[in-house]
Amino acid sequence: MCLAIPARVLEVHGTEAVISVQGVQRSASLMLLEETVAPGDYVLLHAGFALRKWTAAEAQEQEALLAEVGLGPRD
Amino acid sequence: MNPQLQEIHELMARIGRPVQLMEVCGTHTMAIFRTGLRALLPEGLRLLSGPGCPVCVTHDRFLEHALAIAATPGTLICTFGDMLRVPGRGGSLETARATGANVQVVYSPLDALAAARQHPELRVVFLGIGFETTAPTTAGALLEAARDGVGNFLVLSAHKTMPNALAALLTSGEVNIDGFLMPGHVSVITGTHIYDAVARDLHRPAVVTGFEAEELLAGILAALRMIAEGRAEVVNAYASTVTADGNRKAREILHEVFEPCDDVWRGLGLIPGSGLKIRPALAAHDATQFFPAPSTPVPETSRGCRCGDVLRGVITPPQCPLFRNVCTPWSPQGACMVSGEGTCAAYFRFS
Ligand code: SF4
Repeated sequence: MCLAIPARVLEVHGTEAVISVQGVQRSASLMLLEETVAPGDYVLLHAGFALRKWTAAEAQEQEALLAEVGLGPRD
Repeated sequence: MNPQLQEIHELMARIGRPVQLMEVCGTHTMAIFRTGLRALLPEGLRLLSGPGCPVCVTHDRFLEHALAIAATPGTLICTFGDMLRVPGRGGSLETARATGANVQVVYSPLDALAAARQHPELRVVFLGIGFETTAPTTAGALLEAARDGVGNFLVLSAHKTMPNALAALLTSGEVNIDGFLMPGHVSVITGTHIYDAVARDLHRPAVVTGFEAEELLAGILAALRMIAEGRAEVVNAYASTVTADGNRKAREILHEVFEPCDDVWRGLGLIPGSGLKIRPALAAHDATQFFPAPSTPVPETSRGCRCGDVLRGVITPPQCPLFRNVCTPWSPQGACMVSGEGTCAAYFRFS
């Protein structure tokens, strides 16, 4: 549950966003995020909250790690 | 030989005594197995797993409290899935659910808040576990509940902070730790400053590192260089995601909701100032105000499980008599086997 999950931002509505985690759509809160994000950006998702903006490269590296240790998208 | 590995071997020869480094994060534990790193390291260099799995360090007293709430009519317990199967004296939340208690697995405290909005007739209790990274998410949901007047949303907090636990581990003198490997992205909230006290007051090098083999080697190397030279500093070998300051906004929200308190950890016992409790101004959402904690003492773990020793780095999981034969991920006897980040689960999966 401590894992940081990479997510891609699809839509932004104020402090809420629709995001995609390994192809699954979910909503996420942007309440704790310091940066502003736009559709197409990656964020580090933890327990339903975006905590930080991520580069695409960081997101891919983390996704590969999670896949390899057999832990899919979880919180 | 890889030049990093070569330098690691040279430094170990120069240090001339055994060195133990502790990785604090469960994701590191898994990454170390995945890369097969242990087999490549010099004999005297050991990597220990620390108390970085939130489910694992949650004391059975908290579980019993949650079970008592679950047994109260008109309540709904919302919890991260990992907590569900942790076995306590009186069974697990999963067995409670099987016998009629309202227990729901959520991915986010916001899911628990949504359940509270949906079921005004129930008192919805979210089990808040986790460290500095997770506590702000609970705080965010709680503030939203307060703002929107969702009075039936309550939090039972077992949130914890790491620095005092590391200090307790070192001062116990039970296990020798020469330096720490700190998790890369889990430090996004706190920033690397959180480790300053480890270096300054405890005189241990703390290296923030990533999860790839090269990154882990770079982290180990940075720690060994400091040990060889008698230095103790915070080195950030993972600068891309973690900054010195971290996420100030998330920390402000955390502090708006929580204040430090003494807390008990599985394996480490009572550690002053290591817990987070809800501030009096938000007591209306504090589950402890409505459901008092069990008054009888609760042992930290049951049935011969040695999670506590594993969490302190005193034994490795294969040294637990229950490991693999009695205790498996399908039939976990302790929290360290339940959680995917638990050290016992990692050893089971990879060794
Ligand atoms: S192997 Fe199982 S019983 Fe032994 S310490 Fe780990 S979780 Fe506890």
